[in-house]
Amino acid sequence: MIRLYRELKKRGVLGLNARNARYIMPRNPRRYYPLVDNKILCKRRLVEHAVAVPELLGEVGSQYEAGHLANKLADLDEFVIKPASGSGGDGILVATGRYEDKVWHGSGGRLLALSDIEYHVSGILTGMYSLGGQIDTAMIESLVHTDQRFRQLAPEGVPDIRVILYRGIPVMAMTRLPTRRSSGKANLHQGAIGAGIDLVTGLTLRAVMSSRQVDLHPDTRHSVVDFQIPDWETLLTIATRCFEAIPLGYMGIDLVIDQDHGPLVLEMNARPGLAIQIANDDGLGCRLAAVDRLDNPESRSAQERLKIGLELARDDWGRK
Amino acid sequence: MTRLIHWLLLVVALISVGLSIAIYKHRVLGYPLQSEHIEPTWIVQARIQITPGSGPIKASLKLPTTTPGMGQLRENFISRGYGLTIQETGPAREAVWTVRRATQRQSLYYQAVFYRDAINQRFLPRPGFPEVPSLEEPFQTAMLATVEEVRRQSADIATFTTSLLTRINSTAPTEELALFLNSPDYRGQRVKIAQEILAGARIPSVQVNGFYLADASRTQPVRWLAVHNQREWLFFDPATGQMGLPENFLVWWVGAEPPIDVEGATLVDLVWSIRRNELAALDLAEQRSAAHATWLAPFSLFNLPVQAQSVYAVLMLVPVGAFIMILMRNVVGMPSFGTFMPVLIALAFRETGLLAGLVMFTIVVAVGLSLRFYLARLHLLLVPRLTAVLIIVVFLMVLLSLASHSLGWEVGLSVGLFPMVILAMIIERMSIVWEERGPSEALKEGLGSAVIAALAFSVMTLALVQHMAFVFPELMLVMLGLTILMGRYSGYRLSELLRFRVLARKSR
Repeated sequence: MIRLYRELKKRGVLGLNARNARYIMPRNPRRYYPLVDNKILCKRRLVEHAVAVPELLGEVGSQYEAGHLANKLADLDEFVIKPASGSGGDGILVATGRYEDKVWHGSGGRLLALSDIEYHVSGILTGMYSLGGQIDTAMIESLVHTDQRFRQLAPEGVPDIRVILYRGIPVMAMTRLPTRRSSGKANLHQGAIGAGIDLVTGLTLRAVMSSRQVDLHPDTRHSVVDFQIPDWETLLTIATRCFEAIPLGYMGIDLVIDQDHGPLVLEMNARPGLAIQIANDDGLGCRLAAVDRLDNPESRSAQERLKIGLELARDDWGRK
Repeated sequence: MTRLIHWLLLVVALISVGLSIAIYKHRVLGYPLQSEHIEPTWIVQARIQITPGSGPIKASLKLPTTTPGMGQLRENFISRGYGLTIQETGPAREAVWTVRRATQRQSLYYQAVFYRDAINQRFLPRPGFPEVPSLEEPFQTAMLATVEEVRRQSADIATFTTSLLTRINSTAPTEELALFLNSPDYRGQRVKIAQEILAGARIPSVQVNGFYLADASRTQPVRWLAVHNQREWLFFDPATGQMGLPENFLVWWVGAEPPIDVEGATLVDLVWSIRRNELAALDLAEQRSAAHATWLAPFSLFNLPVQAQSVYAVLMLVPVGAFIMILMRNVVGMPSFGTFMPVLIALAFRETGLLAGLVMFTIVVAVGLSLRFYLARLHLLLVPRLTAVLIIVVFLMVLLSLASHSLGWEVGLSVGLFPMVILAMIIERMSIVWEERGPSEALKEGLGSAVIAALAFSVMTLALVQHMAFVFPELMLVMLGLTILMGRYSGYRLSELLRFRVLARKSR
């Protein structure tokens, strides 16, 4: 046990306590939390800073509006409804196409009647999925069509890419691939695949599913290792620019690649999880320490910060 | 860096203040570390009976002075119609009752309660060296000869005194001592003889009068000899020469004078009686703390009315449970519903007992959960749905109580205070986790909550913990210090060792 503890320490693996005490608490000012915890506010802020995001089609802020949901959805064939302050990807409802009037195709071949959607929305409004159970707003967002180049790795659901930014510098990245087991959700807890990404090349390094190493996608048998993430440079550039919009010292940026609109920022996270370390087979600790050795990296431009990040990655974070 | 120092100082300050108050209370005020601890106390009473003369009456009684190893709790004077003054001359105290006129036989009472107090080692102040007495011949020569002889055969003041007392008590005393023993002035007064000879050797000594504390309805004071060796007082039994006060010897007054002096009336009787009383060590400590008017006395929870006390007896345990929660979450990394829900469940277990509580918890949550899934199909809004779950929970508990009652299993009846709202919230939260993250995650969190609750309950019901939390509320400062200490624990959680163990396997 103690040997294991030392070994992890040596590899710079970051634990939850250390993440909270050393990075989140001192680096993430509380006043920015609402901006990331509320996806609508976050989206507005990102749009102001010219960061591409999935389009906001509408919001529902009261039970009264929920009753008139039919009007809002009348012209929409496909959409996503999520809680504005949801956590961990909870409470997301996806309509992928119209079946008939007031009935849509849902995920997993399920049909969604208007009443189902109304019920879901009112659940969101009462705070069923929000972080503290407080009253929430439901947002209607355009559906992301995953880029074709990603399809072989993610036959269903929307794969996303998470980049950890520390003091504005990208330090670690992974892609989360939904599987049939995760029922189309890009959530590692539910059985999605997490694959670490080489920051310099954009190639996937190694993949884990439920903490086990995997080489092939269980649904497609396609290799998930050494896969070139499309538009990697653009993805990193966009992610790095998010720091200008919301200057949280330690955050996770979740991006998707849309077939038509290219890379988009889906959401930002002020308390990104630590599973990314397993997917990258590396600890975050030494990478964060490498950034901390820099002199005031926050003051640099996005372009410079990205360059610094890539240089550090090439130097293996000062371990060479 | 300054933040780190600030934090460390705060932690150290809180823990040391809390601990030192607790240690002070235990060591000095005698608050026991265990609840069942019982300590004896003695009520010693002196009853004075006098037959009044024609004029005013004045009766003075010497009051107990300090005894090493003994403490005094409280004293009472019962003397109807008499004026009472207490005169203090140095360490000696004297009660003086006065009345202008009295007719019948009068009784005056003095009562005091004593307890064993190892901390108190005070006695009289250090005396000066006595002058060598000048006695009539042949006593003077006998005295000097005895001093000479005893000194030759002893090493220090203690052995001098022992040796002297042995000689006085000898069946065949030396000629010189026999002179003293047979003289009418000294007959039967071994302490007086010893004092004369000690003074001859310029050793300060006093006669000590007191009682062996044991139940007695009528007892007489016993004389002891105290000798000062320039460092401390040594006590000797004049009958045997043994050194050291017995454990339960109470010194009442010092000196050869009688304890009572009556003017204007005839002393009929002076009766001493002693009654032993068992007192819970806790009550004793409380009374002692109040009697000595320590600054801590107003902070004791025992000052509260009894109902409030029983509430605080539970409340003081909450920090303990919450601390276990910290350990389980930040050090072990066990998942649970809510932050303090397991602590509240643990409090509820106090009403039902652990096993019955766990069974009840499992049944209510399981049944509630399945009904909650059924309700979900009706598309109810959150608050009405929560309320429905709450009503179901109450109903389930009524059913459980009725069922267990008819089975003669009375434990089900104590369910009353089981926090229904908390159960309802757990059911709601669990069902959402179940739907969103799958049954395994929900069961994991549910099990985690139950395990933490059971653990918190086991610790909170330890008699020692309950006693310490209530009797030493200042230990809360220690808990606070430890909590703040834990607040900056940034090491791995045990569960993370498991989670990240793949990263440890192969080092680069």
